[in-house]
Amino acid sequence: MAKKKRSKIVRYNKWGYIFLIPFIVVYLVFQFVPLVSTIWNSFYEHYFANGGILEVGPNFKGFENYKTIITNGDLLTYSSNTLIMWVLGFIPQIVVSLLLGAWFTDPSLRLKCQRFFKTVIYLPNLIMASAFAMLFFTLFSEVGPINSILLQTGILQSKFAFMDNMISVRAIVAFMNFIMWFGNTTILLMAGMMGIDVSLFEAAQVDGATATQVFFRITLPLLRPILVYVMITSLIGGLQMFDVPQILTNGTGNPGRSTMTLIMYLNRNISTSKNYGLGGALSVFLFIITGILSLIVYKFTTKKED
Amino acid sequence: MNNDYRKEEGGASVHVRRAIAYFVLILMSFLCLFWFYLLFINATRSNDEMGRGFTPIPSTHFLENWTNLVNGTLPIWNGLFNSLFVALAAAALSTYFSTMTAYAIHVYDFKLKKFMFTFILMIMMIPTQVTALGFIQFMDTLKLTNTFVPLIIPTIAAPAVFFYMKQYMESALPLALVEAARIDGAGEFRTFNGIVLPLMKPAIAVQAIFTFVSNWNNYFTPALILKDDKMKTLPILIAQLRNADWLKFDMGQVYVMIAFSIFPVIIVYLIMSKYIVAGVALGSVKG
Repeated sequence: MAKKKRSKIVRYNKWGYIFLIPFIVVYLVFQFVPLVSTIWNSFYEHYFANGGILEVGPNFKGFENYKTIITNGDLLTYSSNTLIMWVLGFIPQIVVSLLLGAWFTDPSLRLKCQRFFKTVIYLPNLIMASAFAMLFFTLFSEVGPINSILLQTGILQSKFAFMDNMISVRAIVAFMNFIMWFGNTTILLMAGMMGIDVSLFEAAQVDGATATQVFFRITLPLLRPILVYVMITSLIGGLQMFDVPQILTNGTGNPGRSTMTLIMYLNRNISTSKNYGLGGALSVFLFIITGILSLIVYKFTTKKED
Repeated sequence: MNNDYRKEEGGASVHVRRAIAYFVLILMSFLCLFWFYLLFINATRSNDEMGRGFTPIPSTHFLENWTNLVNGTLPIWNGLFNSLFVALAAAALSTYFSTMTAYAIHVYDFKLKKFMFTFILMIMMIPTQVTALGFIQFMDTLKLTNTFVPLIIPTIAAPAVFFYMKQYMESALPLALVEAARIDGAGEFRTFNGIVLPLMKPAIAVQAIFTFVSNWNNYFTPALILKDDKMKTLPILIAQLRNADWLKFDMGQVYVMIAFSIFPVIIVYLIMSKYIVAGVALGSVKG
C-alpha cells in the first residue's frame, strides 16, 4: 500500500520537470548560449575594418581585449559617466522617496488625495524612456519651449544650449532618471514602512519623540534591508542606463563623450563599429559586476526568511 | 532626557508638517506632469507658432500636425501594430509560462526543485544587455533577425514574473485544491489550465500589464534585431526621428509622434492604476 502511494507521488512529481521544460529550453537557447558565446567572443580578435567590408578574425588573443579596454581608458571613462549620472539621479530619488513614503504612511498626517498623488508620481515610470528622452531633447533644444519660457520670464538674457554643455546634459539625464524612478522607490519603501510594527511608533510617541526622531531612530534603521535592496537594484538598473542618454545625444554621448554610458558603448560595438572582441570583454565585465551585485541582493532578500 | 523633552516642544506641529508634505507632493506632481503639459500644448501648435516662442494656451493645429505625420515618411501605423503585436504576445507567453514554471516549483517535489528555485532567483537580476552580443550573433546564425521571434519567445523565461507568480501562489493556491482535482481524476495539465490559471487571474493581469508596458517601451534589443522599415517598433521610429536632421523637421509632427507613442500606455495606466500601483509593492519586496 505504502509502496503504491509513493510510486504515485513519484509519478506526479515527474510533472515538475515537465512543467519546467519551456523555461529551461528558452533559457538555454536565448540566454545561456548567448552568454557562452559572448564570453567566447571576448577572447577573440574579431572586428570589421574598412567600413565593415573587411572582416578581421576571429583570432584567439587571450586576455588582449580585456587589456585594451582597461588600458585605453574607455572602460574607466564610460563607467564613471554612468556612475556619475546614476548618483546624481539616485540621491534626490532616495531622499524624496523616503520623505514621501514616511508621509504617506504617517497616520497622524492623514494626507488626502493619496491615490491621486501615488498615481501621478508612478506615471513617469511607465512612459517609454526613448519617447520621454526625445521629448526632453525637443523641450530643451535651443528653439524649444524651456528656452522660450526662460527668455520670456527674463531668467535668461540669451538662449542657452543645454545640449552642448556637459553639466546640463548630465543633469538632464540624471533628472529624468530621478523623475522616472522615484515613484517606484516610494511605493517599495512604503511597503517596507507599513511592515514596521505599529507599537514601536506608539511607544515612541508615548516617550515624547518628535516625527524627525521617529524617522531617524526607528523608521530608517528598520528599513535598512529594503534600503539596501532598493539601492543595489537601482545600481544594477543604473548600469543598464541606455535609452535616455542614447536618444538625448543621438548615440554620440556628446559633449565630448561625457554622457556615453557603458551600454551605449556596448551598443556601438555590437551595431556600428562591430568590434565583437571588445564588446565581449565589456559584456563579461558587466556580467561580473551585476553578478556580484545580484548575489548581495540575493543574500539580503533570503536572510529575512530564516 | 530633559533635552529630549525640549526637542518635542520644538518639533513642528502636525499642521506645519502637513503643509510641508502637501507642498512637496504638489511640487513633485508638478515635476512629473509639467513635461506632458508642454507636450500637449506643443502638439497642438504649428511649426511657425512654436518658432515665435511659448504660450501656455493650446492652439488649433493638432489635426493638421496629425495628418502631416500620418502622411509623412515615418511608418507609424506599422510601428503601432508591430509594437502592439510584440507587447501583447510577450505579455501572453510570459505570464502563461511563468505561471507554469512557478506551478512546477510550488506544487511538485523533485530532486532539483531547490536548485532550480535558487538558480532562477540568481539569474533574475542579470540584465539582458550583458548577453546581447552573443544573442544578436546567434539570432543572425538562426536567420531570425528582422523577425519578432527573438523579441517574443525569450519572454517565456522571465525570472521576475516567475517570482511574482510563486509569491502569489504561496498565498492563493492551497495544495489541497490540486489534490482534490487529482482525486476527481483530472490530469496534471488539465488541473493547471482549468483550475490553477483561473485562480491566478489577478496576478496574471498585473504581470501582463507590466510585461506589456516593458516590451512596448523596449528599445535596446528591438533596435538591434529589427532593421527592416516594415518591422520597426515605435521606440525605433522615435530614435529615427532623433537621428533625422530634426531642425528641418516640422516640430508639430515630432510632438504628435511622441504623444502617439506614449498615449496607449497612459490610457491603460489611468484605467488600471489602482492595480498597477498595488502590484509594484507586491512584486519586489517580501513582507
